[in-house]
Amino acid sequence: MIGYYSSLEPMGLVDGPGLRYVVFLQGCKLRCLYCHNPETWKLKEGKVITSEELLHKILRYKNYYKNGGVTFSGGEPLLQSEFLIDILKKCKENNLHTAIDTSGVGNGNYEEILKYVDLIILDIKAIDEEKYSYITKAKMNEFSKFLAIAQKMQNPFWLRTVIVPGFNDTKEDILNLSKFVKKIDNVKKVELLAYHLFGVDKYKELGIDYPLEGIKPMDEDNLLELQNYLNSLISNDDK
Amino acid sequence: MKCEFWDDFKGEKWKNSVNVADFIKENYTEYKGDESFLEEPSEKTKKVWHVCEEALKEELKKGILDVELNIASGINNFKPGYICPEDDVIVGLQTDGLLKRIVNPFGGMRMVVSALKAYGYETSESIKKEFKYRKTHNEGVFDAYTTDIRKARHAGLITGLPDAYGRGRIIGDYRRVALYGIDFLIEQKQKDLLANEKEELTEYNIRLREEISMQIKALDEIKKMAKSYNSDISMPAKNAKEAVQWTYFGYLAAIKENNGAAMSLGRTSTFLDIYINRDLKRNIITEKEAQELIDQFIIKLRMARHLRTPDYNELFAGDPTWVTESIGGMLDETHSLVTKTSFRYLHTLTNLSSAPEPNMTVLWSDKLPDNFKKYCAKMSINTDAIQYENDELMRPIHGFDYAIACCVSAMTVGKQMQFFGARCNLAKALLYAITGGVDEVKRELVVDGFEKMTDEYLNYDKVMKVYDKMLDKVAKIYVDAMNIIHFMHDKYAYEAGQMALHDTDPEKLMAFGIAGLSVAIDSLSAIKFAKVKPIYDEEGIAVDFVTEGEFPKYGNDDDRVDEIGIDLVQRFYNKLKSHKLYKNAKHTLSVLTITSNVVYGKKTGTTPDGRKAGEPFAPGANPMHGRDSSGALASLNSVAKIPYCNVCEDGISNTFSIIPKALGHSAEERVENLVSIMDGYFKQGAHHLNVNVLNRETLEDAMENPDKYPNLTIRVSGYAVRFNRLSREQQLEVISRTFHGTI
Repeated sequence: MIGYYSSLEPMGLVDGPGLRYVVFLQGCKLRCLYCHNPETWKLKEGKVITSEELLHKILRYKNYYKNGGVTFSGGEPLLQSEFLIDILKKCKENNLHTAIDTSGVGNGNYEEILKYVDLIILDIKAIDEEKYSYITKAKMNEFSKFLAIAQKMQNPFWLRTVIVPGFNDTKEDILNLSKFVKKIDNVKKVELLAYHLFGVDKYKELGIDYPLEGIKPMDEDNLLELQNYLNSLISNDDK
Repeated sequence: MKCEFWDDFKGEKWKNSVNVADFIKENYTEYKGDESFLEEPSEKTKKVWHVCEEALKEELKKGILDVELNIASGINNFKPGYICPEDDVIVGLQTDGLLKRIVNPFGGMRMVVSALKAYGYETSESIKKEFKYRKTHNEGVFDAYTTDIRKARHAGLITGLPDAYGRGRIIGDYRRVALYGIDFLIEQKQKDLLANEKEELTEYNIRLREEISMQIKALDEIKKMAKSYNSDISMPAKNAKEAVQWTYFGYLAAIKENNGAAMSLGRTSTFLDIYINRDLKRNIITEKEAQELIDQFIIKLRMARHLRTPDYNELFAGDPTWVTESIGGMLDETHSLVTKTSFRYLHTLTNLSSAPEPNMTVLWSDKLPDNFKKYCAKMSINTDAIQYENDELMRPIHGFDYAIACCVSAMTVGKQMQFFGARCNLAKALLYAITGGVDEVKRELVVDGFEKMTDEYLNYDKVMKVYDKMLDKVAKIYVDAMNIIHFMHDKYAYEAGQMALHDTDPEKLMAFGIAGLSVAIDSLSAIKFAKVKPIYDEEGIAVDFVTEGEFPKYGNDDDRVDEIGIDLVQRFYNKLKSHKLYKNAKHTLSVLTITSNVVYGKKTGTTPDGRKAGEPFAPGANPMHGRDSSGALASLNSVAKIPYCNVCEDGISNTFSIIPKALGHSAEERVENLVSIMDGYFKQGAHHLNVNVLNRETLEDAMENPDKYPNLTIRVSGYAVRFNRLSREQQLEVISRTFHGTI
């Protein structure tokens, strides 16, 4: 089976536990203001690979992944659901730990996908409809649907949120986020990510206007403070 | 033998004949805990180390601090020396002064004269006179060298031959001194001498008789030398302090007598742990005192020096001595040989700051205790002073009680020895296949019987066919040189003290080496997969190459090119193996350059891979700088394919630099990820890894502001150096290496 991807990273360190093979799949329906991978939006612009070829590449590094595994990121990995199911199955047959790094907005088939997923790294764009559609240019219902199914399937979660200065960086924002997070079961970790400017040049290259022109990157110290605050709000028992 | 020195020790086999491995197996205590038990340096240690640090600063300014001009090397030729007589817990220096070097003319007089001259000294009349009547190793070698060897040596086809100084890479089993005492060792040697009488007295056996007799005399010398420090080592050591001290006397004798490139220590930590453990149980020492013994031992090892020429420093930069100590490893499938003293050794890098010597070598297995693996990774990240070698590859070949000599050369302690020998430049040999055996730089005919190629484009099959024949010739020249060198070394500069601490007539390994592997591989890949057009000069010598099209490069886990490398080492090894070796040694091969990759590059013309004339090679088995562009793990995977077993059993060196951030965000993550990388790398049958975790910017800053980084230590190729001791050229080469670091 054929899939579309933008890049492959055999030594991923941040997208899941341990050392991981990270597959950046192509295509995403959302158009987040702070997206730093605009080149991954359009499915057919990606490189083509078969699931067998991809598995072969991953297995070359299997020895390094004793405490890690494989993460399918994007773009949005859920979009290529059939390919994703195929490659996830193959990874599980080879005893690899699997994770998906997702915003929860795909084309359905979630139950089948999640059968083969050991960890969901879920990007929470926003926790209310208004802010969600402001950031993503999409409605929140697909995300909610995915979350509900994942809860039913009992997959463990890492939750992530990008903090953008002036948008969601107040203590109140974090308090609201903590309330939302507490309602989700099986959360292993909640990470705040700093908004950064790594994507700006890519927009220029692609000839697209940069939506957050003028917004400064998130200060790392402030982020750490917010992360500590968030941690204090979520009891450690959840972890 | 029965004796009270061995009270509380278990086992019988080791008591009746020399068998340190059995003693260790019966008595050591594996430690699976973490590093929290470790202690800080004692006041005495701090005082001693302070004196050393001051002396080191002075030495760095002057090149060498001092040299004993009137006495030649020997086990008991020098008066006792101390660092701080009050605070030296472990005693003994090579000469009567700290960092005072020894003149060793047995290897060769020329080396002595030029080394002394380089530092502003004159060779003394007494030494000159003494060696007027004594032939040196160097003279013997040159009496026997063939014309082909001379040409190959001059052109730099084969370099680093130990034909002018001690061969080194011999590890005495220094532990035997502590476990048995000298008298028992002499008794055993006398028995061997007697048993030998019953044999047919062939040339081999006559020589053996002479060697055993020299060994017995050397053992007696070691005893006398120890006596000058008020230690009676005729009987076994009775406590930890004596065990450390006596083991050190064994080693000290070796570095008083010899100046081999690599004078390695062996595998002492777990052995000494048995004594420390016994003393701790008997409540006669504390943990603080145990650490003090190790710290002070390590200080002594750090102060070992040999007199070298500036030429030599170009090959092996930073005044290395390769006091390699092998730590960790497994006893069998389930028990590791990790003890608390394994931690205590590595902890000296904290107590005494990071340093290149002793060359801390961790024998890695994925089955080592997790806490130990993490501690090693942590110390690597903090100090860049540790190298790792695959116990799972070496243990089945050498048994559990082996050690590394120099950088990557494994041998069973006291049961195997090595005839070390330089390396051959595979990239240059490839050029010779094109130039018809004429050196592309010196313009001399080095290997005869070949025609210059005149093809517009190089044809892979044709090049391979000629290259193969060229390697046949090179292998023969190389083997001849090695046989001559070791024959003469045994004859004129026999290491009696070190060989006395081996079994009589141990197994011999003859270690050949190759340089320029990645350049040769990529050049062949270019010829095979792209179109390579040589640019011939008026003499018909290819001086440049125009490459049209793309070709796969070694270091990207691409089998198409990596297989060329596998074939090349296999091919060359088989050619070496077709020749008979001196003393029936076994052929081994290493892919290791130390820092000579810079010199080799300098002496080698432009190569078809795109490397320009004079540019450095990559060190050891490393992919060429910057060409391993598919990430750190792909680079490691490529190197891991170079076969160790039955081919490169003398080691495959890989130096790996990664920026801290690329290992993870938190200190804890970095440690765990580094452990995963090493587990994954070695699991594939890779042999060696030097680990540097640092930023290129740090090195650039250190180059401009050396005073800011007096202790900055980095692993280069099989050993570590203080960065400020490298030449600018070598510093630039280190900086130009690939730093893995994209996230």
